[in-house]
Amino acid sequence: MSNEQPNGKNILEIVRHAVEVHGKTREELIPILQEINRQYGFIPSQGLEEVARLLQIPKSQVFSVATFYHMLNVKEMGRHIILFCESAPCHVVGGREVWRRLKQELKIDAGETTPDKKWSLVTVSCLGVCGVGPVIVIDEDMYGNVTPEMIPDILARYN
Amino acid sequence: MAFYRSHVLVSVDPECVKRGAHQIIDALNDELVAQGLIDEIQVLETSRIGDPVLFGPDIIVYPEGVHYACLSPDDIPYLVEEHFLKGRIVEKFRAQEKKIVDEELGAPKAKEVRVVLRNCGVIDPNNIEDYIAEDGYMALAKVLSDMTPEQVIDEVTRSGLRGRGGAGFLTGRKWQFCRNSQADMKYIVCNADEGDPGAFMNRRVLESDPHSVIEGMIIAAYAIGARQGYIYCRAEYPLAVKTLNIAIKQAREFGFLGENILGTGFSFDLEVRQGAGAFVCGEETALMASIEGRRGEPRPRPPFPAVSGLWGKPTNINNVETYANVPQIILKGADWFASMGTEKSKGTKTFALAGDVKHTGLIEVPLGITLREIVYDVGGGIKDDKGFKAIQTGGPMGGCLPAEFLDLPVDYESLTQAGSIMGSGGMVVMDEETCMVDIARFFMEFTQEESCGKCTPCRIGTRRLLEILTRICEGKGEDGDIERLEELCDQIRTASLCGLGQGAPNPVASTLKYFRHEYEAHIYEKRCPAKVCRALITYEIVPETCTGCTVCARNCPVNAITGERRQPHKIDPDICVRCGICMQVCNFNAIVIN
Repeated sequence: MSNEQPNGKNILEIVRHAVEVHGKTREELIPILQEINRQYGFIPSQGLEEVARLLQIPKSQVFSVATFYHMLNVKEMGRHIILFCESAPCHVVGGREVWRRLKQELKIDAGETTPDKKWSLVTVSCLGVCGVGPVIVIDEDMYGNVTPEMIPDILARYN
Repeated sequence: MAFYRSHVLVSVDPECVKRGAHQIIDALNDELVAQGLIDEIQVLETSRIGDPVLFGPDIIVYPEGVHYACLSPDDIPYLVEEHFLKGRIVEKFRAQEKKIVDEELGAPKAKEVRVVLRNCGVIDPNNIEDYIAEDGYMALAKVLSDMTPEQVIDEVTRSGLRGRGGAGFLTGRKWQFCRNSQADMKYIVCNADEGDPGAFMNRRVLESDPHSVIEGMIIAAYAIGARQGYIYCRAEYPLAVKTLNIAIKQAREFGFLGENILGTGFSFDLEVRQGAGAFVCGEETALMASIEGRRGEPRPRPPFPAVSGLWGKPTNINNVETYANVPQIILKGADWFASMGTEKSKGTKTFALAGDVKHTGLIEVPLGITLREIVYDVGGGIKDDKGFKAIQTGGPMGGCLPAEFLDLPVDYESLTQAGSIMGSGGMVVMDEETCMVDIARFFMEFTQEESCGKCTPCRIGTRRLLEILTRICEGKGEDGDIERLEELCDQIRTASLCGLGQGAPNPVASTLKYFRHEYEAHIYEKRCPAKVCRALITYEIVPETCTGCTVCARNCPVNAITGERRQPHKIDPDICVRCGICMQVCNFNAIVIN
């Protein structure tokens, strides 16, 4: 298996660098995984194995931690990640309709990535901007007071 | 300390950054150097000014408080020359007046009392000197020079401050337990992962006034004898993490953190730990597991963290708001704090008001205020002047209270008695168009997904609840479902390991108690009174109002709408998937739900 990815980054180098920055201790496991996730977009199994080797933690435990947290991805994600806030304040002001429209436009469900790897759709528990719900975040851009009709326009801003 | 005659605050809200806030900062600094003003005027970053979508990038110039908006780097030389060299305000760059307010907080509303939020939106969170100017770290100095740890604990106990995370345990007593534990190492943890969905006050405090939390933690560390502390912050709040790290660095530079704090021989240091998106990590034992680098799964208590916490050592955990109250209690005294609130619930509480209310956002009110005052006086009433149906307090583990509870005083005991909880302070107001069965189902979907899976009642019980609720919403409810739900709620509540499972049935139990008729309508009459549940409604076109413009037919994704141009259209209920698009696009309000 090649450790080169389309984005040209070498997973083993990223892992080694993350471990070096944070230190080889168990309590740094989550920060290390977060760092790899940020650098690489997700944590491929090869990366998880390398973390286990360097930190001397059983592989099963590294996998178990990586799959427990929502913000760590063990599957490749799309170029743009859409976070949809599914908290109650967003829900009661029309979040459900926005969610339906999002799924309809992208033709994928929560946690899935479009076949062309452009979009990933992720639900999050709360983005903390409940005053302007419904809220979605695409990459680092936040959109508040979203209505279903706005979805196509918002999506069209990304390529 | 350098003295500047003027401070320029540049908004680095994500939207402003996208529109070139950093280029503005560079241009400002370049121009100030060119004009020889760099020692007189300081350029600072701030989180947000006005409405970034309309006005970004924008700046505020103090002490005048002039708000300039929609700036481009080309405007800067002229602005600097006019405003800073010649002292003339440049009218053409000014933002419209009323947009200066901080939208999330705004000016204090009727009945608001700000203790925890007093500095939010007022000081620069990235500048420790701003905090010090507002009596910051005075309480720490007082504690370290004049008070013994016992006296600190006594003061906090007498104030009546209870944990603002929800359970409402007396803070002073919690500290005492931890102080009494004998160990070579003790820890202080700040639970900043507790953002219940719908409760963003902690984010706001961390982003706007991080030092008040840090100061509270140092005081707690002194009181219980801890040397190391952690702030476990939600990963969903990247700006809070950044602000905290800056604040900790500055506190170290000023000698408030680290070895030999203020020369008193007391040492304590702090570190930020980022969560990774697991709701259950707001539970204290799960949070500690996560700091240790494990799956964030709770464990049974006892032993309580005060005896055996992080790495088996005594640990004190409080949330953001609890710590932020501490410096004020030390400075102004226990009696001052205890003068606010009710007999058993003292002080103020921040709430995140959301949902169908006119003024959404953060509020801080004295405990004991009624729900009616919160919804109508502080929140301005229901949006579009619709009727009030319910208020949900306490996040996903809370309950929905109907109108007859509007005069309920808000304190820990009254809310619990009514079948809800204080939680960390989320409040969702719902108008008459909300289906309570759907809301219960919605919360169950959430807890079911967030259950860590360690204990069976929570993992499987919530799933069964969700299945039954989904069936009811789909019009497949059966006789006996209500009883089944009640029984399950009881069992999950008593048998679950942690607060998540124990609180999970609350939304179902409270809606069953107060809105049972809606469940009955769904199950026995196959009718959704609020017209929300898709399986139980049909869309219809009112022939008299329809103009035959064909917009609905063209937008229908399943071609369920037919009709001639300029003639009333019809919806075929067998094909219709009830997506509601036709209703959204109709310009003549000719489509109704039955």
